[in-house]
Amino acid sequence: MQVVLEDVGYAYGDLPVLDGVSFTVGEGETAALIGPSGCGKSTLLNLVGGLLEQQGGRIATMGTVPAGCLNPLTFVFQDFALLPWRSVAGNVALALEHHPLGRAEQEARIASVLQLCGLTDFADALPKQLSGGMRQRVGIARAIAVKPAVMLMDEPLSALDAQTRELLMEDLIAIWARERTTTLYVTHNLSEAVRLADKVVVLSRRPGRIKRIVSVPVPVNERQKPEHIGLLQQLHDELWSLIKAEAQVADREMQHV
Amino acid sequence: MSDPAKTPVSFRGAGFVPGTRRWAPWLAFALIIACWESASRLGWLPSLFMPAPSEVMNALHALLVDGKLLVHIGASLKRIVSGWILGSIAGVTLGFLMGIFVLARSVGLPVVSALFPIPKIALLPLFILWFGIGEPSKVATIALGVFFPTVVSAFSAVDNVPRNLIRMAQSFGLSTRMIVFKVILPGAMPGILAGFRISTSIALILVVAAEMIGADTGIGAFVLAAGNLMQIDQLIAGVVLLSLLGLTVSALLSVTEKIVLRWR
Ligand SMILES: Nc1ncnc2c1ncn2[C@@H]1O[C@H](COP(=O)(O)OP(=O)(O)O)[C@@H](O)[C@H]1O
Ligand SMILES: [Mg+2]
Repeated sequence: MQVVLEDVGYAYGDLPVLDGVSFTVGEGETAALIGPSGCGKSTLLNLVGGLLEQQGGRIATMGTVPAGCLNPLTFVFQDFALLPWRSVAGNVALALEHHPLGRAEQEARIASVLQLCGLTDFADALPKQLSGGMRQRVGIARAIAVKPAVMLMDEPLSALDAQTRELLMEDLIAIWARERTTTLYVTHNLSEAVRLADKVVVLSRRPGRIKRIVSVPVPVNERQKPEHIGLLQQLHDELWSLIKAEAQVADREMQHV
Repeated sequence: MSDPAKTPVSFRGAGFVPGTRRWAPWLAFALIIACWESASRLGWLPSLFMPAPSEVMNALHALLVDGKLLVHIGASLKRIVSGWILGSIAGVTLGFLMGIFVLARSVGLPVVSALFPIPKIALLPLFILWFGIGEPSKVATIALGVFFPTVVSAFSAVDNVPRNLIRMAQSFGLSTRMIVFKVILPGAMPGILAGFRISTSIALILVVAAEMIGADTGIGAFVLAAGNLMQIDQLIAGVVLLSLLGLTVSALLSVTEKIVLRWR
């Protein structure tokens, strides 16, 4: 499934946060959305996922949903958003229970995503018993359990320490290699973008406008190869030079809450 | 540095550590009672006005044996339980409505805030006029006293359920009804149970007050009558019974919290 954005704008009251944003996330593609903090990345993602009401422009999905898809547009949240009173399996079940799946199919889906995310042994654990990395694996398992057509990930690794982030990036790459889900991945971390995305959409500071759209010319599973490291570093530096001045100004702005 | 003299690092992080000594409270209780008992035996306390703990225990024992007290306890419990349940059901329901629906909140919050400060016992005479001197007027007073703090605690418990959990549930396509039962209700449980602690102690206060104003049965009536007859040992026995009742309710709530909030 593709996601098409045309001339999307948004304002909170009289604070404009997005202006004329147009781009497309292709079928099976991972697009990273980067930009200085407060530039409207989360706002854009929530518009795409239907959690915020659109104000201007058009957002549409195109194409067919995968077989067995229960929730075409599915989020993975920065703060995991797990129900603390439900076990790991129970949190995944929350996304399935209200669909007419039948008990066996539901159990099978839960078992398979827990397996895929390395959570099988933790099925009965409560979120408070898990590390941040494991909690986000639950968030990812819950998302893939509904076989989404589009995954919307809002800084999914930003609450984790650097080592855990590395581990989860590898997991994500493995999962995407299997599922090929169209993904819009918001981050402020350039390394994550360069490592995970097929295409990087760079936003300016608030109000967010598209500054540049860059594709990453190396297949995701080959990015660790030594012969590509120079090229990717160069891309990283190029992206940083695009953002640096914006980030400096954004950093010195008063906060709007 | 030219002179590498070694200065040992000294520990300066002592104290200010949270912790408890399990035996300390028991010892304190025992000491207080021992002092009281000795003061009575030495004649420092006039036994007519302040009987010794042993005399109070004797009175309590005698009252329990002849079964008179059980009637009073039963009467008080019936009033507390029915008043508390009525007030709690109404309070939790309105608190939820106010937490979920903007209109209910806009109407409910100012109304509840305006009526909350009324000392509910002051309404007992009115309820007696409406419902007669019997049970309904006492139950209504307790229910009303329980209702207001319950509305407030249920409302803020619902209001404090993290928005991100609700948004998550919406993003997975759960209906409003499902969000209320699967996200808001369990998420508000800690706040609601904390509110029960307050409302049960209010119910206890109100039942005693109501029984002192107009009742033949109940621990409040019993304590008042004992006072009128200068039976101070029985009066204190009644008070001891009330505090035991309060402690029991609090222990029941603790057990409930342990079971219901195991996830915390
Ligand atoms: N609910 C809201 N009401 C008002 N302003 C908001 C709200 N949410 C976000 N903002 C403001 O909009 C801007 C963009 O927010 P956001 O989309 O969260 O940025 P990002 O995710 O890129 O850091 C920020 O300046 C933020 O303060
Ligand atoms: Mg954000």
